Amino acid sequence: MRKNILSVILFSLLFGCAMSCREDELVVPTEYDILPFDPTTDVDPIGMYLLNEGNMGSNKASIDFVDFKNAYYVRNMYAERNPTVIKELGDVGNDIQIYGSKLYAVINCSHKVEVMDAHTLTRIGQIDIPNCRYIKFDKGNAYVSAYVGPVAIDPDAQLGAVYRVDTTSLAITGKCTVGYQPDELEIIGEYIYVANSGGYRVPKYDYTISVVEKYGMTQVEKIPVGINLHRIEADKYGKLWVTSRGNYGSIRSKIFVLEKESRFSRKMVVTDTLDIPCSEMHIQGDSLYFYSVEWNNQEERNHIAYGIIDVRTKELVTDHFITDGTEQDIEVPYGITVHPVTGDIYVTDAKNYVSSGALHCYSREGKKKWSVRTGDIPAHMVFLYK
Amino acid sequence: MATKRMKLKGLLLAMMVGVCQVSFAQTPLDSIQQLQEVVVTAQSYKDVIPAQTLGGKELEVLRSHSVVDALRYFSGVQIKDYGGVGGIKTVNIRSMGTNHMGVYYNGIELGNAQNGQVDLGKFSLENIETVSLYNGQKSDIFQSAREFGSAGSIYLTTKFPKFKAGETSHLKVGLKAGSFDLFNPSVAFEYKLSRTMSMSFNAEWVNASGKYKFRYRRVTPSGELAYDTTAVRQNGDLDAVRFEGGVHGYLPNGRWKAYLYHYNSERGVPGAIVNNVWRRGERLWDRNSFVQGMFEYDITNKLQTKVNAKYAFDYTRYVNNDDKLIHVDNTYKQKEVYLSWANKYEILRNWDVSMAYDFQWNGLSEYMDVDRTTHWLSVATAFSLGDCFKLQASGLMTYVNEEQRDRDSAPDKVKFTPGVFMSYKPFKKPNFVVRAFYKQSYRMPTFNDLYYTDMGNAYLKPETAIQYNVGLLYDLERKNSWFKFFRVGTDLYYNDVRDKIVAYPKGQQFRWTMLNLGKVEIKGVDVQLGATFGLPYDIDFTTKFQYTYQDAIDVTNPADNYYRHQIPYIPWHSGSAILMLDWKDWHLNYSFIYTGERYNQQENIRYNYTQPWYTSDISLMKSFKINNINFKATAEVNNLFSQDYDVILNYPMPKRNYRFGIVVEL
Repeated sequence: MRKNILSVILFSLLFGCAMSCREDELVVPTEYDILPFDPTTDVDPIGMYLLNEGNMGSNKASIDFVDFKNAYYVRNMYAERNPTVIKELGDVGNDIQIYGSKLYAVINCSHKVEVMDAHTLTRIGQIDIPNCRYIKFDKGNAYVSAYVGPVAIDPDAQLGAVYRVDTTSLAITGKCTVGYQPDELEIIGEYIYVANSGGYRVPKYDYTISVVEKYGMTQVEKIPVGINLHRIEADKYGKLWVTSRGNYGSIRSKIFVLEKESRFSRKMVVTDTLDIPCSEMHIQGDSLYFYSVEWNNQEERNHIAYGIIDVRTKELVTDHFITDGTEQDIEVPYGITVHPVTGDIYVTDAKNYVSSGALHCYSREGKKKWSVRTGDIPAHMVFLYK
Repeated sequence: MATKRMKLKGLLLAMMVGVCQVSFAQTPLDSIQQLQEVVVTAQSYKDVIPAQTLGGKELEVLRSHSVVDALRYFSGVQIKDYGGVGGIKTVNIRSMGTNHMGVYYNGIELGNAQNGQVDLGKFSLENIETVSLYNGQKSDIFQSAREFGSAGSIYLTTKFPKFKAGETSHLKVGLKAGSFDLFNPSVAFEYKLSRTMSMSFNAEWVNASGKYKFRYRRVTPSGELAYDTTAVRQNGDLDAVRFEGGVHGYLPNGRWKAYLYHYNSERGVPGAIVNNVWRRGERLWDRNSFVQGMFEYDITNKLQTKVNAKYAFDYTRYVNNDDKLIHVDNTYKQKEVYLSWANKYEILRNWDVSMAYDFQWNGLSEYMDVDRTTHWLSVATAFSLGDCFKLQASGLMTYVNEEQRDRDSAPDKVKFTPGVFMSYKPFKKPNFVVRAFYKQSYRMPTFNDLYYTDMGNAYLKPETAIQYNVGLLYDLERKNSWFKFFRVGTDLYYNDVRDKIVAYPKGQQFRWTMLNLGKVEIKGVDVQLGATFGLPYDIDFTTKFQYTYQDAIDVTNPADNYYRHQIPYIPWHSGSAILMLDWKDWHLNYSFIYTGERYNQQENIRYNYTQPWYTSDISLMKSFKINNINFKATAEVNNLFSQDYDVILNYPMPKRNYRFGIVVEL
């Protein structure tokens, strides 16, 4: 009898000991890692921001920083710099850019563009844009593409839009309806070129680039290019480089090049179709760095290539810019950029999308310099100058 | 070493034979026994592996809205609760995954061929008599083939009409109301049609706005308040009606049952709370209907046969009305035809064999058009030695015949899964039982896994789980003592999940495919403890404790940065406590639930850390009589200390909430 009571007490004690209590929930902390290069005082750019997308619904979009001066990798900065922002940076980061002294992070599933001081990362404000995707700047204005433009009467015809935002007041000053699910946009002269994907309309993908006259914010033309367009970048010769994701099946990913019809024409036309699959790209001088990931159903694995295209000749210079065999360490490449001064190549690895990714740095010769653990789905990078 | 083991075996055998009181106290089945079989009684040594069961008054007073509320008190169970009245609630047993759990409603499995998950939040406790959980399988070889297939099984048994002498009908009317603007009237009617036949009918309406306050609060490491915000959960409303009816009958040598179920609901899907998003526009309509029947007959004294049949039709419509998102409007229709024939033959008084064949057809249409046919064939045997040793072995053959599609034909699948269960009671008097089991089970890839646009993989194999379990149970029941009842039980287990179906990234833009990649190792301990005390002044004090320790690690690939990390949402420690005081017509209940620290993603890093949560619920019940009419009134306070917690990241749970109920019995 007494034994039984004793065992009850003993059990309750054990029960209590094994378990811990709830504590105050702390602000998401910043972590610092030392990077394997020498700190220097005189560098420009002084660092690089990396936006981690975070899986949908996880609210784990985060901003990391590569500190070139002090050789630090600073992980998850936003919450600690802005502890009072409720529920932190947000859900699914999709683009990060700097314009003037401000840093803009497009947070897709939080339906906002977060505006911060580029050097301190402290919050200045936010611009509410539903389902926003990419951002570009021109003459004091930011232009943001968004999957959802008008609230359509016909739900199947939900067109996207481009929003114009004043970068001083952070107010929306204009809006223009474009194609279906527009992704990246580029500005040349008075025109905004928007790559429409139509990704939610499978298999009826969009295949056009919308041309928007930026003062009147009106769509003046739709250029047919290829299905499921994604990235659009201009090179220094005024050509537009556009990537098509294809349909992930019979129609492969491709790169399209658009140029002015003639020297005096304003009209852009497709001049070249490069049969090179491309998932992400970055243009640096005369080189277009890219990688491609293609799933092979039979082999149940991804086929991955890392290449460079000469934008003058439109020829493939190499299909393996990583030369030391370390590309084997990358599970799923997800972002790419190139250091404007040293030519170092940065490639991010998203791994399985629901665990920490990695940032890899390669020299311009394609030798790995270092790697570091990032947040979930590291994707978008921007350099910070003095 | 080998000789040592031999010696041990010999010793065990000698003990078994020596101590056993070989008394074949068996009687052929008669109708009185059959009646008893329906009434769940706590027999001390009947099952090889006894179930964890909640029923009767316990079930009535435990915060009892949905079946999940009751399952929280079982050891080895993890619950995913997305919060609120209408939020999805799924159950996972011993970390093997929701799809390994079989849920049986009056003996027939509830299915969802599309995603394999049964939302138990939809099943009300209103009409449920008992909820039982079996690890491995039910300790009864006279069952349908399919029941041998799950890694763990939940049995929901509805109330069965019982009439006292002279009674011919019962009518029960109830009403519950409380927080979340809950309004929940119900009616139950039972009628004795003849000496051998009775019918029951039960209907319920649940209406709730689903609105509740939740709070997010953060402090800086120095202790300053960073933010503290309280908001109201939106779009969690629920409007549901449920009808159930059945006819039960007895034959001279058998019994039969016919059952009808219909559930119709509209609900909001509250969604994740993330920065800048506090309200979402997803809506869900569900219609679940089924008819099922059972016929059991003793052909001879030694041969019994049982036929089960079911037809189910499920309709689901999902709409996303959020004007910031792409509009979605999808409809899914699922149909299921099920037939089972089970037979049991008694070779000797202590040796039974059984054989069962099940057939099922599943079809999905509208959003995805696909069907599959499944055949199960089981053989099982049960052997007992006196009242001290029980052995059960079963083998299940599953054959899945997949539809031949033009685009992606999935290959047919064949799977054999064995199981061995045994228990040993070494002493006659102290009620002490040692038990062990080994079981293989599987889960078939669902329609979504195989065919979902772009993501499905038609070549998936079934996912396998292998369980090893040893445990012991000690019972003490005493009359005429203030220490009335005591029970302690513990189980140690090791589970191995292979070919686990996981989402694997392909290409770009959150694109995935399903692969048989995962491998999980689970080691766990379940402990149960219960005691009843008779206190002075006619007060009964009952206690129940349960504790689970689980180490469930991902051992898929040493190159992953989450290799050997605890899998998401599995706490190392969890447990519950129930304290009940009974005095005359009063009944007071306190229950405590604890879920320890865990991680919300595969990597066990601080960014994925999720704090423990624990809630206290309290309820008071009083029965009384006015003019020969029975009344029962209840008042509940749930989450008494108003803890702010998430079970699933970004799905906040309600703060303190209340519920009141009254039942009138005629």
